[in-house]
Amino acid sequence: MQMTGAQAVIATLEAEGVDVMFGHPGGAILPAYDPLLDSPLRHVLARHEQGAGHMAEGYAHATGRVGVVIATSGPGGTNLVTALADAHMDSVPVVAITGQVARAAVGGDAFQEADITGITMPVTKHNELVRDPERIAGAIKEAFHIAFTGRPGPVLVDVPKDVLNASFDYRYPDQLSLPGYRPTVRGHTKMVREAARVILEAQRPVIYAGGGMINAGAHAELRQLAERLRLPVVTTLMGRGVFPDSHDQHLGMPGMHGHWTAITALQQADLLVALGTRFDDRVTGDLRRFAPRAKVIHVDIDPAEIGKNREPDVPIVGDGAVVTQQITEAVERLLADGAVVPDLDPWWRQLNAWQGEHPLQWDQQADGPLKPQTVIQAIGDKLSGAGIIVSGVGQHQMWASQLIQYRTPRTWINSGGLGTMGFCVPAAIGAKVGRPDVPVVAIDGDGSFQMTLQELATASTERVPVIFCVINNGVLGMVRQWQELFYEQRYSQVDLGTDVPDLVKLADAMGCVGYRCDRAEDVDQTLDKAFAVGEAPVLVDFRVDPTEKVFPMVPAGGSNDDVIESADQWYARKDTPKGGAGEPGGDGLPAAASV
Amino acid sequence: MSMHTLSVLVENKPGVLARVAGLFSRRGFNIESLSVGTTESPHVSRMTIVVDAEHSPLEQVTKQLNKLINVLKIVELTASDAVQRELQLIKVAATGTTRSEIIEIADVFRAKVVDVAVESVTVEVTGSADKLEALVRLLEPYGIRELVRSGTIALGRGSRSITEGRTLRLQRSA
Repeated sequence: MQMTGAQAVIATLEAEGVDVMFGHPGGAILPAYDPLLDSPLRHVLARHEQGAGHMAEGYAHATGRVGVVIATSGPGGTNLVTALADAHMDSVPVVAITGQVARAAVGGDAFQEADITGITMPVTKHNELVRDPERIAGAIKEAFHIAFTGRPGPVLVDVPKDVLNASFDYRYPDQLSLPGYRPTVRGHTKMVREAARVILEAQRPVIYAGGGMINAGAHAELRQLAERLRLPVVTTLMGRGVFPDSHDQHLGMPGMHGHWTAITALQQADLLVALGTRFDDRVTGDLRRFAPRAKVIHVDIDPAEIGKNREPDVPIVGDGAVVTQQITEAVERLLADGAVVPDLDPWWRQLNAWQGEHPLQWDQQADGPLKPQTVIQAIGDKLSGAGIIVSGVGQHQMWASQLIQYRTPRTWINSGGLGTMGFCVPAAIGAKVGRPDVPVVAIDGDGSFQMTLQELATASTERVPVIFCVINNGVLGMVRQWQELFYEQRYSQVDLGTDVPDLVKLADAMGCVGYRCDRAEDVDQTLDKAFAVGEAPVLVDFRVDPTEKVFPMVPAGGSNDDVIESADQWYARKDTPKGGAGEPGGDGLPAAASV
Repeated sequence: MSMHTLSVLVENKPGVLARVAGLFSRRGFNIESLSVGTTESPHVSRMTIVVDAEHSPLEQVTKQLNKLINVLKIVELTASDAVQRELQLIKVAATGTTRSEIIEIADVFRAKVVDVAVESVTVEVTGSADKLEALVRLLEPYGIRELVRSGTIALGRGSRSITEGRTLRLQRSA
């Protein structure tokens, strides 16, 4: 069929089943915006390409489908870099289409030229500069396949303007041409059997489940395995929701700001069943002192994750759902052959005792300043599992992951690996576009919020009724917390001011409904009002106590045996590390994590 | 130093070298030498990469390489089961009196004299890294004006080919 390259781009996106994409037009991508007018494809016009990128991520997180973002050459592409890096770190399936200057101009420093395939090489799963109109359909089809299969990730397809304008005979390819790409799905039978044997021998096992299990759609298989043997489960920041928080076998989240019992269960375990997780430094703390007595079964679809940080005893490459099912079946066979279900009562007695002794706690005085935790807890209660929470990056993110009960996968969306402030507003818009049927609540910090707040305009003009809750403490709270605890309260460049911007006026300017709340007793009522709005996006300014800190906490690079549960406990310690014990993401990383 | 020679078959597409080189630099893997060229198939290029795996386990290097979509196959070739060669050109300062000595040394190493000028002799030598270094040591006293090495290339011994069959194929990555 005769068509232009631009028409081929849109036709291929339609053939891949895309119903919505997020983007921003510009010079080099202009040709592709014309056939869009004749397509049923919805385009959400973001105010910044980074926003469009995070919207595609939010959409992908919420729906489990590939998120699509489109942008122009040069700054259009470079503005996407943060979102692509974020998707790369958190294994989010995203396809980015960018315009490029005409083939003859490539390499000549033309107007709005950037070598976007070169720039994004380290932050994409794959990318391609399309040099021939005949290649458009193949490149885009492959991009969807690569983005979605194996360990998901972002793929960028860069199309020069003259390729978009060229006329040629279009055919949607029947086959993929990816001879070097064949993800392993089924686990090695012998290793699976070994995993089952090791699980039945363990006395203090813990399932350590991560975001890979959500990508694999493995919640049912996970639950089946856990319940069959009454195995305790922890879910990582990226894995929240893959096992219900309400389940009595769930111990919470491990890691730097995890639940005490979850952290300690991993430390004391004799077996970690690590499923779709990567032993990230924010989970392990000092890697050499992480779970020192535990054998490790490591299941991951990415072979490079296995043995990268922690050498497993039983390595299994494969899809989380398939392998978990295989392990359960192998366990059943061993039980049928006379093996016995291990007695985990002593372990459970210990775990339950810890849970009783180490609850999450904060102190909300009735007449005192509003505590951020009070707000976040109330949001969780209001939503009661029937919606999606999206967060930014910072203290509010940790409280939202700790305090809210997640019951199903894809109800908690955040930026884990890259820790991208500014993720929340656009990602929440993308999530709501993908799931218009459920409430989407964005919990953002005022610092994180101000990095991408222009996308509120997108939310109103595109009629995407997200409830944006800004946990406004007027400071960069997480940085302030580190400066208080590790830099002797020498606060440097953390004051944002609570009143600028005035969020209620901002809401009005942006076409959103605005509310403000600064008293604990008004929180529920304010949320009721916000949830009742319905059609328009809502922005709620929750004025909270800036001195509140996130606990529990394991200082960066510290051992997970050493969980600090409160500020009082921290100040009471004699051996307080001084200075740069670890900046956020900085010096304190264990050496082995830099591999 | 713990040197390993990897033969990496890649799709012959633009940017593949940049992907491989970029991977090594951003993951902190050390490349001792790298050479790229075509193979018997026009769609496939072959890279021979000598890796110093002292600080980053070879397994991580190959697994990360395998994740590149354009990488088809990786095989480690050890000294005992492969022929490994480098090409070296050396421009040595020469005078009327030293020229014949230099040519004699070159002969011992089966090096070829490929250029002779009034004040220099250029020799071409192929062989293992050890042999090349030994020749350089012997020529150093005369004054080495310029030197270039190709990087190692290698082929497994015997009739088996890594470009056919899957027996040696490392596990494909996600």
